[in-house]
Amino acid sequence: MTAVPYDEALAEFEPVIGLETHVELGTASKMFCGCATEFGAEPNTQVCPVCLGLPGALPVVNETAIESTIRIGLALHCDIATWCRFARKNYFYPDMPKNFQTSQYDEPLCTDGYLDVLVAGETVRIPIERVHLEEDTGKSLHVGGATGRIHGASHSLVDYNRAGIPLVEIVTKPVTGTGTMPAEVAKAYVTELRDVLRGLGVSDVKMEQGSLRCDVNVSLNRPGQEWGTRSETKNVNSLRSVERAVRSEVERQAFRLRAGERIVQETRHFHEDTGMSTSGRSKEEATDYRYFPEPDLVPIAPDPVWVATLKDALPEAPSVRRLMLTKELGLSDNDSEAMVNAGVLDVVLATVEAGTSATEARNWWLGHLAQSANTAGVDAADLPITPAQVARVVALVNAGTLTAGLARQVVDGVLAGEGEPDAVVVSRGLAVVSDEGALAAAVDEAIAADPDAAEKVRSGKVAAAGALVGKVMKATRGQADASVARRLVLERLGVTADLS
Amino acid sequence: MPEITREEVAHLARLARLALDDSELDVLAGQLDVILGAVAQIAEVTDAADVPPTSHAVPLVNVTRPDAVVPSLPREKVLAGAPAAEDGRFRVPRILDDSA
Amino acid sequence: MTDLTRLTASETAAAIKDRTVSAVEVTQAHLDRIATVDGQVHAFLHVDTEGALAQARKVDAGEFPGPLAGVPLALKDVLTMEGVPTTAGSKILEGWRPPYDATVTARLKAAGVVILGKTNMDEFAMGSSTEHSAYGPTHNPWDLTRIPGGSGGGSSAALASYQAPLAIGTDTGGSIRQPAAVTGTVGVKPTYGGVSRYGLVAFSSSLDQAGPCARTVLDAALLHEVIAGHDPHDSTSIDAPVPPVVEAARSRHIRGLRVGVVKELSGEGYEPGVQARFDEAVEILKDLGATVTEVSCPHFVYALPAYYLIAPSEASSNLARFDSVRYGLRVGDDGVNSLEEVMALTRAQGFGAEVKRRIILGTYALSSGYYDAYYGQAQKVRTLITRDFARAWESVDVLVAPTCPTVAFPLGAKLQDPLAMYRQDVASIPSNLYGGPAASFPAGLSDGLPVGLQVMAPTLRDDLLYRVGSAFEAALPAPVPSLAWENA
Repeated sequence: MTAVPYDEALAEFEPVIGLETHVELGTASKMFCGCATEFGAEPNTQVCPVCLGLPGALPVVNETAIESTIRIGLALHCDIATWCRFARKNYFYPDMPKNFQTSQYDEPLCTDGYLDVLVAGETVRIPIERVHLEEDTGKSLHVGGATGRIHGASHSLVDYNRAGIPLVEIVTKPVTGTGTMPAEVAKAYVTELRDVLRGLGVSDVKMEQGSLRCDVNVSLNRPGQEWGTRSETKNVNSLRSVERAVRSEVERQAFRLRAGERIVQETRHFHEDTGMSTSGRSKEEATDYRYFPEPDLVPIAPDPVWVATLKDALPEAPSVRRLMLTKELGLSDNDSEAMVNAGVLDVVLATVEAGTSATEARNWWLGHLAQSANTAGVDAADLPITPAQVARVVALVNAGTLTAGLARQVVDGVLAGEGEPDAVVVSRGLAVVSDEGALAAAVDEAIAADPDAAEKVRSGKVAAAGALVGKVMKATRGQADASVARRLVLERLGVTADLS
Repeated sequence: MPEITREEVAHLARLARLALDDSELDVLAGQLDVILGAVAQIAEVTDAADVPPTSHAVPLVNVTRPDAVVPSLPREKVLAGAPAAEDGRFRVPRILDDSA
Repeated sequence: MTDLTRLTASETAAAIKDRTVSAVEVTQAHLDRIATVDGQVHAFLHVDTEGALAQARKVDAGEFPGPLAGVPLALKDVLTMEGVPTTAGSKILEGWRPPYDATVTARLKAAGVVILGKTNMDEFAMGSSTEHSAYGPTHNPWDLTRIPGGSGGGSSAALASYQAPLAIGTDTGGSIRQPAAVTGTVGVKPTYGGVSRYGLVAFSSSLDQAGPCARTVLDAALLHEVIAGHDPHDSTSIDAPVPPVVEAARSRHIRGLRVGVVKELSGEGYEPGVQARFDEAVEILKDLGATVTEVSCPHFVYALPAYYLIAPSEASSNLARFDSVRYGLRVGDDGVNSLEEVMALTRAQGFGAEVKRRIILGTYALSSGYYDAYYGQAQKVRTLITRDFARAWESVDVLVAPTCPTVAFPLGAKLQDPLAMYRQDVASIPSNLYGGPAASFPAGLSDGLPVGLQVMAPTLRDDLLYRVGSAFEAALPAPVPSLAWENA
């Protein structure tokens, strides 16, 4: 073992974390050209001279990308620049058509903000250093090696459809004082940020499709000492992984520090499959990016009056909506925090809007669906089931068509891609059986199979009927209406049905 | 007066992705020294200290375009100039550097 | 019958319009001329015979009403033209056929101009002699043993050897004006942002500017009007009306115009013959009624070092895209070498010595620790040069100076001395750093070789260049080369 357990590590060291989040904006066209931004298009069908970096091609800024970035900055309480420029970040990489990335360097659009997140009942203020706008890179497919990894590949194939999609980078300042919960704080921050972005409608924020991506910085120091050397873990592409990445890095660094080794300033790559990171490039021979102002683009000078109108038109922050949820729907603080942390706030709200009670929606999204998501290793909100489908299952339960157990089976059917809830009920044959004729045989079999219990019931120990009802339920694979089964058992054994 | 060593030129060549051989590095080191010696005279311009830099010749701001989709290039034209292509993608030799 | 290749562009257009000749005849005459003389001049890298004749046939069918319909033109090989090879004078782009037209190319086509082919140039426009072309040098029609200027030596030589009446050049530090000066032709660098850079293979983005080249001032103005104007594909393109350049080119009077002679652009380093022709040109301007004063622009002496930091820096970034992945040359892809090695080998073999020199210089000037002292300081000096211009405009309407310090020098004379080559640009660079328009007009001969008069004007006052040019041309007609080598 090369790690110190998380709690033990944090009892000994103080963590400093930092997060860089990349968000692909949901604009119709790319950052600097009119190519479409559809996800999943055939390779190299959404490219033109500009985003391919052909000789002579020139960029022109997408005005909606500027507006979206400013709205993000405003939602994060940032100062908006009155004048700023794009810069070229120069380095060679085959995914990057010009071998420089058009980005922002010392003049970002938005600076100095914050985002409040709720962790274990406490509000933690995450300071935001900057929000800036840049362009995404293309994607490489590595051929001939194991599992698509770059190592061992014989060659690579490049698709530039993603190259030039507007990308907003949101960088926190170093976050201190997270005590024993740096991983939880990191996850809560990304979750909250995702809700803010979704509320703004600027991105579809789908981590599994890469439209929201995180780099996680972690360092440890002993109390009272200077901050330690930090590592930067890239490729952290789910909420769960944000937490796991911080956790594993805390455990790894604590082990090294305890052993008297030093932490190398490096880039690490997170692997979703193992939940571990591996060492990448050492930053000690850091690349010299040779930033300089992008001469092909003129400065951006947002009109303060326009910025003010954007600010006035911002939607309610998720924290405000959460308060509303808590009050109007009668949910507890713990419940709403749990929902935020699980990233299901929006789907719970949508489920309520589709006709369920708040408690019913909460129970599904924090209960069976949360377990299913955990098993599948995805975020609950990304499960292949819609709030409307969940609401339909709830309605079927309330109508007596499904029991709680059957409802779970229906949901599992929907998750397995078997269609709408009603279709799953039919195809799996899951409706409750309350027809007395259909249950009579099962009741008789149950009595015959357990004469002791039957005798106890006859002698007045009505509680013993439970065992017989259980047998009926089992024989009907849970489809029997339990109250009907109980009444039939008692009647058959000559006990007056006292349903109270 | 700048003095550029061969090692410095070799570092710059790596940054610029140029595979230069030893004799090229030697020649360049000598020439860069001379050129930098000549351009270094801009350090003499002491009245530049408090002057804002000019990055653009024309003082334009806020040149943008509406967020509208225009047709992309047909893929056969996209790949026509490629040194190598496969499955609709640009084919490149194995990538060493996993750093970007 | 008249030799169609000796006509000016406006004469040619008029003859086509009144059907004295057909556009196809004019085009064929120039294609024949190219076939006859270009073996010795080497102005063209590619001749688009089929495309040129097809366009000429459209003109003859009446498709284009414009003032230059049917006039042949030589296009510098730094501007893209769909389906036609575009190399920028480099091996790294050998065989590349762009899938799109530069805005300049598209406007020429839409105006009915017949593009004969692509002209030779210093690789990526880095040079003052065309000797840095990967495809061999162009020869000056005035003396084949001498340089035709650069980087646009192919365009200027094509004009001076009557292979085309019009040409397009690009000017980053003098690449339109210096070739015009040493070939006795007219070359205009418009206001930066006046002509779209979309499709211009970038050397230094904040300095590059395409412009017209011709044998007469009016022809240059007619061409200027066709290619200029706002382009939404170029963020640095100015959204303003094109200055009235054609009207100015017909005006021929400068009475009362205030002309400033730049004190710092003369004296040491300027050949006596060049200085003498320049002094005579100033006298002619006085005779034409201009008031002439001497103007000091103290920071112009720092223009050359500032330029040789800014331009290579931007170039080092602009040329990073030539990496063997999407287009152009690939070297060393043997199944063993990594992509990084293939990129580095391709760039080392695909770029010539001058390009590599400037990439290394620019990489150095931008690198951390040196940025402030080099690139940052050069941009401040750029501000001071702009202020020198602004101060000059308080007392004069235009500035004049020699276009370049020498006449055409022998091929090979400066190849081993980069700094001596760079000094060719000493008088032309200030306008690039400032962004205002500047032109070179023929100003007579020194030892039988042409000298240029440079005129510089305020931003968006390109018309003033043509006003001075038209009056000066009327007073001192351009010299005509003997082209004695043709019969040798």
